[in-house]
Amino acid sequence: MNWIAWKMLTGDRAKYLGIVFGVAFGSLLIAHQTSIFVSLMRRTGSQILDVVDAEIWVMDQHTQSIDELWPLQDSDVLNVRGTPGVEWAVRFYKGMVTAKRSDGLYRQAILLGLDDSTLTGAPRTILRGSLADLRQPDAVIIDEAGYEYLFPGEPVELGRTLEMNDHRAVIVGICEASPPFQTFPILYTRYSQATHFAPPQRNIMPFVLAKPELGVDAQEACRRIKARTGLLALTTQQFFWKTIDYYLSSTGIPINFGITVALGFIVGTAIAGQTFYLFTIENLKQFGNLKAMGVTNSRLVGMILLQASIVGVLGFGIGIGGAAAFFEATRDVTHLAGFMMPWQIVALTGAAVTLIVALSSLLSMRKVLVLEPAAVFR
Amino acid sequence: MRNFQITDETSPQLAVACRGLIRDFGDGETQTRVLHGIDLDVRAGEITLLVGPSGCGKTTLISIICGLLEPTAGDIEIFGVNRTSLTGRQLVEFRGRNIGFVFQQYNLIPSLTAAENAAVPLIIAGLPRREAIRRAEQSLAKFGLSQRIHALPSQLSGGQQQRVAIARALVHEPRLLVCDEPTAALDAHSGQTVMELLREVALESNRAVLIVTHDNRVFDFGHRIVHMADGQIEKIEERQILSPASTGPSLVAAH
Repeated sequence: MNWIAWKMLTGDRAKYLGIVFGVAFGSLLIAHQTSIFVSLMRRTGSQILDVVDAEIWVMDQHTQSIDELWPLQDSDVLNVRGTPGVEWAVRFYKGMVTAKRSDGLYRQAILLGLDDSTLTGAPRTILRGSLADLRQPDAVIIDEAGYEYLFPGEPVELGRTLEMNDHRAVIVGICEASPPFQTFPILYTRYSQATHFAPPQRNIMPFVLAKPELGVDAQEACRRIKARTGLLALTTQQFFWKTIDYYLSSTGIPINFGITVALGFIVGTAIAGQTFYLFTIENLKQFGNLKAMGVTNSRLVGMILLQASIVGVLGFGIGIGGAAAFFEATRDVTHLAGFMMPWQIVALTGAAVTLIVALSSLLSMRKVLVLEPAAVFR
Repeated sequence: MRNFQITDETSPQLAVACRGLIRDFGDGETQTRVLHGIDLDVRAGEITLLVGPSGCGKTTLISIICGLLEPTAGDIEIFGVNRTSLTGRQLVEFRGRNIGFVFQQYNLIPSLTAAENAAVPLIIAGLPRREAIRRAEQSLAKFGLSQRIHALPSQLSGGQQQRVAIARALVHEPRLLVCDEPTAALDAHSGQTVMELLREVALESNRAVLIVTHDNRVFDFGHRIVHMADGQIEKIEERQILSPASTGPSLVAAH
């Protein structure tokens, strides 16, 4: 009977492809838009995750995200260091600067100032130059994408200079960094150097990075820091999710993407559901015929489920394949770096397609189950 | 293959015996009685024609006989088995094994070839697909379609499609063949061929053939003509039919 179900399904090629297209379209839209949304959200906290050598971020108690900063007092780093259970604590600068090329072209950039002695928060992968070169006067290391933004189409060349806040900066290295929410270059420098590059302010230190002592839980250390200093102390993951929560609750991004994903689901369900339903209605006579010839309701349900599963699997494969092809094709596009489709999205899309297919088959199944076999004589 | 044993306690000639069949549709004030206590015998080795105007209850009667519809009251025995005592899966299996159907619009599956269509009842019965198709091809050959076994229904003429439908109805060797207007969509020549086939099926295989028809061109092929009107049997004509070997009735000439 499975073979008959397969032949019935593929007999009308136009309808068969129409149903597959509906499911594929829904899958593509759901997988693609959800992946972009997730990737975009991940970008908002990418600078947090890039710091792997510290486990605790200390900041003003009203800070909502890594992009919304209020400087702490320099003495706060000492207070954090003095908190029982904290192994070490260092200063960390993060701010926006304007980096200008010698020919006048400029870009907004993210400036990260690393503790002078430990370089905590330094990039993990240096592509050109050396991290040690950061100790040279006026030295900055720029991320690969940022170099392309500042020097589009030009060969990578160390020693090029930038101007920030009337100070000269020399590019001594190219590194890998997770792409930020906006397509800004990321510049790494020493904290002391950052105080020159950053716009003048009495206090400039937005964060203290810390590590708990061995055997002390990071959350417990955070609690102690908060109790001692009155500052907000969060683990890396907590701060990452706080930043994402901020973007989710304070921007229209989730609504926009949510609508697109919902539309993908609705349109996919509508196209696949309606076409599959019409397909079953048109074959109602055949189902009635089979029923009259001795096919039980459960076998008919099996046939419909098989047909639905075939279009579901094919549509899902094509849709996911299309989404994967997009991310593969744009992998080397600088401003789309970091956009990817995690396996969870594939699973989510699979679940959505299963739901689409289940809804479509339920509609169709009802018609077949209530069909009186005597209808074959009408 | 399913193994459904039927006991043959009645006369071997009697395939179907309907007694006091009543069928109502609707409830309360909208209730309509479509069959008013039908008594009917259908014999093996004969063609029984069920004729009458539209709405007289022919389709309801054959639907009940085939087990596609339940009677409101009355009994039906098919080859000695009380059909109304069979329920659910038993009935479906009984129908699948003992009754073949031929429809006015052939009801072939458009995406299956002639051989595949004819193999459907065997596949339903659980025969492996290759074996079912092999047997269906043999069946089609008997009906002069050996050259068309790979043709899709859309590539066959109406007469050829109806022959495929008859091959399909007979491939699992049912003892009762029920045909609903088998010649209505056919020209005179094709109708003649189909009726000759059905006569052969009835006479040579000792099979009961019950045909619902409006087509008075086929009346000459019936051993018995049951005239229905308003849910009742008006009269039954008994006829003498010549054997297939001799010159039989002609639909073409009648036309």
